[in-house]
Amino acid sequence: MSTDMPESRERRKLPPGMVLIILSAALFLAIILSFLLGRYPVPPKELFGIFLHRLGFAIEPFWSKTQEVAVFNIRMPRILMAVLVGACLSAAGASYQGVFQNPMAAPDVLGASAGAGFGAALAIYLGLSGRFITLSAFFMSLITVALVFFISKRAKGEKLMGLVLAGIIVSSLFQSGTSFIKLVADPTNKLPAITYWLMGSLVGATNKELKMIILPMLIGLLPMILLRWRLNVLTMGDDEARALGVDAGRLRLVSVISATLVTAAAVSVSGMIGWVGLVIPHVMRRLVGSDYRYLLPGAVIGGGLFLLIVDDFSRNIASTEIPIGILTSVIGAPFFLFLITRREEMR
Amino acid sequence: MSIEVKNLCFSYGEREILHDLSFTIEKGEFVSILGSNGVGKSTLFRCILGLLPDYKGEIRIDGKNIKDLSVKEMSRLVAYIPQNTAPCFNYTVEDIVLMGTTSSLGTFRTPGKAELERVSWAMEKMGIEKLRKRSFNRISGGERQLAVIARALVQQAGILMLDEPTASLDFGNQMLVLTQAKALASEGYTVIQTTHNPEHSYMFSNRVLALKDGKLLREGDPKDIITKQIIDSLYGISVEVPGLYDDRARVCIPSDVALGHEV
Repeated sequence: MSTDMPESRERRKLPPGMVLIILSAALFLAIILSFLLGRYPVPPKELFGIFLHRLGFAIEPFWSKTQEVAVFNIRMPRILMAVLVGACLSAAGASYQGVFQNPMAAPDVLGASAGAGFGAALAIYLGLSGRFITLSAFFMSLITVALVFFISKRAKGEKLMGLVLAGIIVSSLFQSGTSFIKLVADPTNKLPAITYWLMGSLVGATNKELKMIILPMLIGLLPMILLRWRLNVLTMGDDEARALGVDAGRLRLVSVISATLVTAAAVSVSGMIGWVGLVIPHVMRRLVGSDYRYLLPGAVIGGGLFLLIVDDFSRNIASTEIPIGILTSVIGAPFFLFLITRREEMR
Repeated sequence: MSIEVKNLCFSYGEREILHDLSFTIEKGEFVSILGSNGVGKSTLFRCILGLLPDYKGEIRIDGKNIKDLSVKEMSRLVAYIPQNTAPCFNYTVEDIVLMGTTSSLGTFRTPGKAELERVSWAMEKMGIEKLRKRSFNRISGGERQLAVIARALVQQAGILMLDEPTASLDFGNQMLVLTQAKALASEGYTVIQTTHNPEHSYMFSNRVLALKDGKLLREGDPKDIITKQIIDSLYGISVEVPGLYDDRARVCIPSDVALGHEV
């Protein structure tokens, strides 16, 4: 009756709640340290003073105006953007993996990235300004996923498979659209702008942009966090979930809408940053387990921490910025290799 | 809790799977559903579980028409123990059993202390409390089946529906799972299982429904159903069904083997 595997084979780990606290502390520390990094030097003492001053303490400024501008107008939006984008992509990935009962699902399975890419390319091609590029990417991303849902409703046979296939079909359609725009775009300025956007980067993050996307991000993250226990039940399959009292169809719809909203918001400001949504949820499964009660908050915190650190490298290791999308792939691809060669751990 | 099925018909498109089924199952019964592959056992199960709403006829649980019940209300009445629970993620046994508490939680709530106590109670009852922190995918098939039954108990539903609970289990585990199921029935749970093993249904259940071609061929006491005539007709082969140990068990042996014919 009992398996011959000894109890001790399953390692003792830190309780997942503790891991979340440690990760949060690490994220807080990383945010503070990131304010110190950058071309224009802002030493810790000055940074501390600038913050206290902004918080309303009566401190005579002993720092330059430029330092203050660097902290609030350049570093702050960039840092917060990195954390938010990482958190959103990783949470969306974790959520999609549960919804599709597939550990390999990423935030762009339903075409969110392909749609955003097309929207951005179109806006750049039409010569629109930065804010409209973001808006175009955001709405095109939502339209793409809506289209995927619409198609999958008409697909015969297995529902999940229909949804995934519709995602592949629509993604590839929009990717062709993007390629076509690149083909006809002006090669001296527009083509490089499109190419750069598609590579994924947080260069030029502004407070204005931050304000634009923070609301859809929070609106999307909230239901994911609140429904995280039910997501566990959904991973058991639709029949079992229903028998356990969870309306599988409705929960899937709410989860997909939330995950799409945060993905669209993230991709519209950052471009295509690959791997975060796939890799971070898996790292978190190792650290806190598969239970979404801990996994989802873990993905939010871990995703934010990861992208912030990678972005710090992206803006500081070379004299010109390395697009963050390239760096995440460089880290993500070997990790994926590691995952598939240790497949057993995933189950 | 009782189940009342009246004139139940179900079709996938043109193909009729279930044809005019009527039967009643009373509280505390252990009912086995027998029938060959593809005869509609699973479809019948899914209808009673409320997973296939497009049937014709009527299914009532405790007098309530299940079409009037929400997903949540249904889950408080009927629990499902699928044939093979294989989550794609690595949950602990405790996580899996804890999922049974979902129907008693508010939509945005996560389980707390009270729910964990119910898990302890159910795991102890099934004799698997020492597996609590083990990975569900790494325990044996029999242990998994007991864990999913524990989950059904946590769900606090009066009706337990087991879909081929002994499929792919070794002999010892088969007996263990069936003994537990029978014990639950004598405690007042209504237990329904589908099975491919007439001998098990004879030994453990107190009533058998024999399905053939989507129709109810016969139903009744196992002594009246597990007979040469009915088993021959159900599976389309000739068998001998002798009783052993004062007829407390019956075995099905192909006639060719029993009578010593060359095969």
